[in-house]
Amino acid sequence: MGMKPLLFKNARLVDPDTGRESKGGLLVRDGVIQDLGPQLTDVSDADVIECGGQVLSPGLIDMRAFIGEPGGPYRETLKSAGEAAAAGGVTTVVSMPDTSPVLDDPAVIDFIVRRARDTSVVNILPAAALTKGLKGEEMAEIGRLKEAGAIAFTDGARSVTNAQVMRRALTYARDFDALIVHHVEDPNLVGQGVMNEGEFSARLGLPGIPREAETIMLERDMRLVRLTGARYHAAMISTADSAEIVEAAKARGLPVTCGVSINHLSLNENDIGDYRTFLKLSPPLRHEDDRQAVIEALASGTVDVIVSDHNPQDVENKRLPFAEAADGAVGLETLLSAALRLVHSDRLSLPKLLRAMSTKPAEILGLPSGRLKIGAPADLILFDPDAPYVLDKRDLKSLSKNSPFDEARLEGQVTITMVAGRIVFDRRAMGPEANA
Amino acid sequence: MDRSALAASLRCAYSDGFKMTDTPRSVFPHRHLLGIEGLSPLDIQALLDLADSQVEVSRQVEKRKTTLRGRTQINLFFEPSTRTQSSFEIAGKRLGADVMNMAVASSSVKKGETLIDTAATLNAMRPDIIVVRHYAAGAVHLLAQKVDCAVVNAGDGAHEHPTQALLDALTIRRNKGRIDGLIVAICGDILHSRVARSNMILLAAMGAQVRLVAPTNLLPPGIARLGFPTFTDMRKGLEGADIVMMLRLQRERMNGSFVPSVKEYFRFYGLDQEKLSYAKPDALVMHPGPMNRGVEISSDVADGAQSLIREQVEMGVAVRMAVIEALASHLPNG
Repeated sequence: MGMKPLLFKNARLVDPDTGRESKGGLLVRDGVIQDLGPQLTDVSDADVIECGGQVLSPGLIDMRAFIGEPGGPYRETLKSAGEAAAAGGVTTVVSMPDTSPVLDDPAVIDFIVRRARDTSVVNILPAAALTKGLKGEEMAEIGRLKEAGAIAFTDGARSVTNAQVMRRALTYARDFDALIVHHVEDPNLVGQGVMNEGEFSARLGLPGIPREAETIMLERDMRLVRLTGARYHAAMISTADSAEIVEAAKARGLPVTCGVSINHLSLNENDIGDYRTFLKLSPPLRHEDDRQAVIEALASGTVDVIVSDHNPQDVENKRLPFAEAADGAVGLETLLSAALRLVHSDRLSLPKLLRAMSTKPAEILGLPSGRLKIGAPADLILFDPDAPYVLDKRDLKSLSKNSPFDEARLEGQVTITMVAGRIVFDRRAMGPEANA
Repeated sequence: MDRSALAASLRCAYSDGFKMTDTPRSVFPHRHLLGIEGLSPLDIQALLDLADSQVEVSRQVEKRKTTLRGRTQINLFFEPSTRTQSSFEIAGKRLGADVMNMAVASSSVKKGETLIDTAATLNAMRPDIIVVRHYAAGAVHLLAQKVDCAVVNAGDGAHEHPTQALLDALTIRRNKGRIDGLIVAICGDILHSRVARSNMILLAAMGAQVRLVAPTNLLPPGIARLGFPTFTDMRKGLEGADIVMMLRLQRERMNGSFVPSVKEYFRFYGLDQEKLSYAKPDALVMHPGPMNRGVEISSDVADGAQSLIREQVEMGVAVRMAVIEALASHLPNG
């Protein structure tokens, strides 16, 4: 590569893989971690970054982000998503296939892979459609799509309602050792619903979405995984019952993992308050009891990964009556800060939190990153977990500003983001304003 | 019966100096041919030996025998088939029988008659042999219980197609000199294939090592219990194979229901020269036809030096002559 070696000095090294923390240095050479440890204070030919005791850890791996390219470049491009990710400490993003055209053709996957490499500063790995046109009727060309570079197979924000189609897709995916990621929400039970079904939806006069929309689909999938033996990842769970279902499936030894979105860890249905459409999400924000249960499930390891569920929507799709507004919130840039709330409130240790956003997704996706290990890719973040700030959505690098954390007080900000040994975000270069 | 026992009994038969004679009645003791299941290796051996002699008949200028003179053969096809029906028709005619074809499209079945009523009606016309193809597994067995004549299964649903398996075995035996010990890879849509089922039973009974190569969606669930090794990676499945037997993939199963697309199927499960190179250098390629070129098999392989596909068609007539002749020997006044 010919890049000059770089030494992170006086860092708090946090390796979520081993759970170990230590003071020391980390040397990056030729895009990989060449050495690390307390002894590493000086390397003769290396540039030095004085870390001042900040946390140095693997960059975050976000298994779920919607990007508007191709087809909706006003929402987000691969370039803008990459910049937003870098600012948030996310070094690898799995992009969803709900684009236009849909990512169900090897040629389109090939396009995304090349385009991301050329325009994005972070790794963007496309997940391909599980069924053609995301219609849930005919399985997509899983073998050829995987050869073209698809990292996983999913119908994105849609569920495959036909159990026969799902069974065959899972069976076929297993032949190719492909990972299936599924959004678990039965659209028939969702019906006209726009928020969690319960007291609060009754007060607001909005049609509700029962928890069973999620749990029935999830239960069905567990049965199908048992039947087929396919590798399966539930994209996001949002209810206490869902955590129990996954826990039971894991206890049975099924090859199952699951995620939770940062929104469902941070917010509950009450945050919708006065019909705030930026909190209209799929699955919907649930009751506080559900939020507490999924946090517990994360702490116990039942929930494997935290995702941003980054879903940029322009003002036109959000400045509407609640029921008519689009689902989704941006999240790449606030993922780390919002997640750190769990550390600051003593719900999770820092290594454990980072594990759910680096090592664990790397394991599920089969990536070599997500670990502080000699020889691993130098996808790294340096961050101050305590740096306080108030989010101003105008500062977001994302082309869309629909953040549920606008004007929220957050703690923890990324100082440096590095991808394959290259610094792609550096807050130190942004002046004192950026640290305010 | 397990395979090794079958193979052993076969070897035993050889060592006893067992030889087919011109009178098959004592050697093929069955009234119908409903499937390969239920046939002993000796039964199969007898039919193949008889078929060998029928090949010679078919290669003469004077192809007509008189074994079935005066007999009536009805070909009753509830499912359209050109090649199997003509093969049975030619076989019957070469044996001297009067052959009549009954296609379902023009029959009373379309008018709502049940299978059993049709059988009773046909039975009243006093045929000697009925050749039946039906789209439902088990239908031929049902019909056989209701008629007095001999019944030949020409394919019932996804169950059995015994004459196809016999003609495949004959083709293999004539080219390789044996069946025992050969590695045979059956590839493709095994789930819906009666050809695969009959071949699996027959080849295993005759001592071949049968492998199944297909995406799991095209394998019958539970097939692992039958003891045949299965491969979802075609290259691995073909490694060291003596015979590569391809199956037809129906059009309605290609587009996302069982496999994603023709392109993808051909890429991973279509037999081309590259994949064939994993089999033994002298491996032979078979296909029951009709072929989908560019779906399960490439044209250069289908028409290549290792292909036996044309020969299979010729053996089809010989095998069907053998079957009809063997069954006729049990007919009253036969």
